[in-house]
Amino acid sequence: MTELTASPSPGPDGGPTAPGAPAVPEPGSGSAALLRAEGLTKHFKIGNTLSQRTLHAVDDVDLAVGERQIVALAGESGSGKSTIARLLAQIYRPTSGHIYFEGKPLSSIRSRADRLRYSGLVPMVFQDPFASINPVFRVSHGVQRSLKLHRPDLSKQQRQDEMLRVFDVVGLAPAADVIQRYPHELSGGQRQRVGFAQALATRPKLILADEPVSMLDVSIRIGLLNLMAELRDAAGVSILYITHDLASARYVADRLVIMYAAQIAESGPIEEVLAHPKHPYTQLLLSAVPDPRAPLGVSAETDRGEPPKVIDPTPGCRFRGRCPLAMETCQTVTPVLNPVAAGHEVACHVAQSGAEVEAF
Amino acid sequence: MSSRAVELTSQSGPPARPGAILDVRDLSVEYLLDSGIVAAVDRVSFSLGAGEFVAIVGESGCGKSTLLFAIAQLLSPPAEITGGSVLFQGRNLVGLTDSQLTAIRWKDLSVVMQSAMNALNPVKSIGAQFKDAMRAHGVNSREEIAARSAEVLRMVGIDPLHLHSYPHQLSGGMRQRSMIAMALLFTPKLVIMDEPTSALDVVAQRSLMVQIKELQQQFGFAVIFVTHDMSLVSHFSDHLMVMYAGQVAELGPTQQLFDSPAHPYTAGLMEAFPSIRGPRRPLKGIPGSPPDLARPPHGCRFAPRCPKVMDRCRAEPPGLYNVDGTQVRCVLYEGGAGRGSAS
Repeated sequence: MTELTASPSPGPDGGPTAPGAPAVPEPGSGSAALLRAEGLTKHFKIGNTLSQRTLHAVDDVDLAVGERQIVALAGESGSGKSTIARLLAQIYRPTSGHIYFEGKPLSSIRSRADRLRYSGLVPMVFQDPFASINPVFRVSHGVQRSLKLHRPDLSKQQRQDEMLRVFDVVGLAPAADVIQRYPHELSGGQRQRVGFAQALATRPKLILADEPVSMLDVSIRIGLLNLMAELRDAAGVSILYITHDLASARYVADRLVIMYAAQIAESGPIEEVLAHPKHPYTQLLLSAVPDPRAPLGVSAETDRGEPPKVIDPTPGCRFRGRCPLAMETCQTVTPVLNPVAAGHEVACHVAQSGAEVEAF
Repeated sequence: MSSRAVELTSQSGPPARPGAILDVRDLSVEYLLDSGIVAAVDRVSFSLGAGEFVAIVGESGCGKSTLLFAIAQLLSPPAEITGGSVLFQGRNLVGLTDSQLTAIRWKDLSVVMQSAMNALNPVKSIGAQFKDAMRAHGVNSREEIAARSAEVLRMVGIDPLHLHSYPHQLSGGMRQRSMIAMALLFTPKLVIMDEPTSALDVVAQRSLMVQIKELQQQFGFAVIFVTHDMSLVSHFSDHLMVMYAGQVAELGPTQQLFDSPAHPYTAGLMEAFPSIRGPRRPLKGIPGSPPDLARPPHGCRFAPRCPKVMDRCRAEPPGLYNVDGTQVRCVLYEGGAGRGSAS
């Protein structure tokens, strides 16, 4: 078996290629980025008129996704990762901050045609393949609708050909047979492939995939992850892969962004972050990943803390309550992302002070 | 703790081993649907010694939850036990009346369900639900109930203050912990758990697993733990049962199954997990999907997806073979071949 880290750039045949780092340079500070978010913030008002409080779902997030790149966005439930996907998909309007797609701010989108164009270039794939496909129509229905809406110039025959093509690309063969089926006739893995086919029909640049494999059985998951890597390598599609599973993130992604309590805790090239995690929270996450290949034995340290709900937060590091290394500064000053190595950024006072971080 | 393997007795196998608290024998469950009969669990046998931890893993629809419900006598129509027995502390649970089962439930055998949000009563405080369970077993003293409730909550690392909390006021991890606390009210001999960690985040999941293991070692109850994620139990279970399409595919000591999986399905599952450490390498998973149990394949049920398939696999169902202390349902081992022939 070949080592992925040494995998060559994908062949022109577009055949199944091993997932691995693409032969495309990392995006720099943002100019080369396909999609870039700056200071992205989303707050929700909660409570009634007498007790107005603010839930911080996403706070001051800077994020970039390059061309032909899979970026994994990882964190616990409630950390704000799905909110980010919805902000990027323009389902939510940001409270503040800007999103740039191909260098142009999304806030400049005014017309319906431009909005349609954007949602075609940046479609979403959802977590639950049982809920995201309309059960009363054949699976061809969603793809047909996408094609009619986003590519009205196609003739009926061209639509049909395009539909067969995308079903073929996502590995639903024979495509002519599968498009006749109803969702209940397909397995969970096949349905999730239909979700990707639907996304592909609009010729996307970036797919926002919100936990696309977490509802699938383990024996099926790898097939979908391989499909994502193929889409990147053969079709040049970028993917924002939202997940809580670091092992699957490592399998397909080029970059890793770790979220904690609405903020980014750490980000960087995935092998670098996983090999040299600098944020105590990243270290905690890594220590909790079940790994049958690791030596057996119940580890003694158990962290019983839970991520806080960020309601009307005060300054200070949001992880300090669970952090064994918390210092004086952490109580009062919110850490910001700063580089510790090439492309590797961490928001932690301890790591930025140059000290060795070994929290978990 | 006994080092002996969970013994899987084939159709006419040896008697239950002495000291086993649970002996499941040729247990079959069928769903009687209008469209036909679905054999969800097909002659499954295993036994479990006091204080042992057995994990049952498999894909969705493989019958693992149905098996667990059948053991706990919680099946409801159209599911029905169509054969076999469940000997718990020497008594066959199959065929007991509801009132006979009530006497056993919570006291000797408790069940922790997958979703604590659904298993707990949303309009009653945690304490009130503990009280109900204890009253059902004749504990009426207010002081005794309060003391024991606080004690079990402390055991799972929750402040007894939360006896006054309602389920929605607790986090997912705390709800699962209170379910486990409730299961331990009477120090049962056997706790049956159906994916108790699947709704939790990875950190909470790890900490709950460690906690279950600690409690188990402290109080010596046996655990049947159902999960779809075998990497989760790799460090915790003594024995592992891999189910496929309603049948036992492989059963043996956990470590042995992980080190040298014998059944091609188990070997395939091992190849389905990306690892967080070591070199990155491409994985294949297992192509295809499990069979429709209303129309199972004629021969081996795994044959359509098996990389080692032979002509005879499609002709006749394989038996269960003994391979170095494990049980494997694969004709590769018919002639007494050693483990590892699958990889």
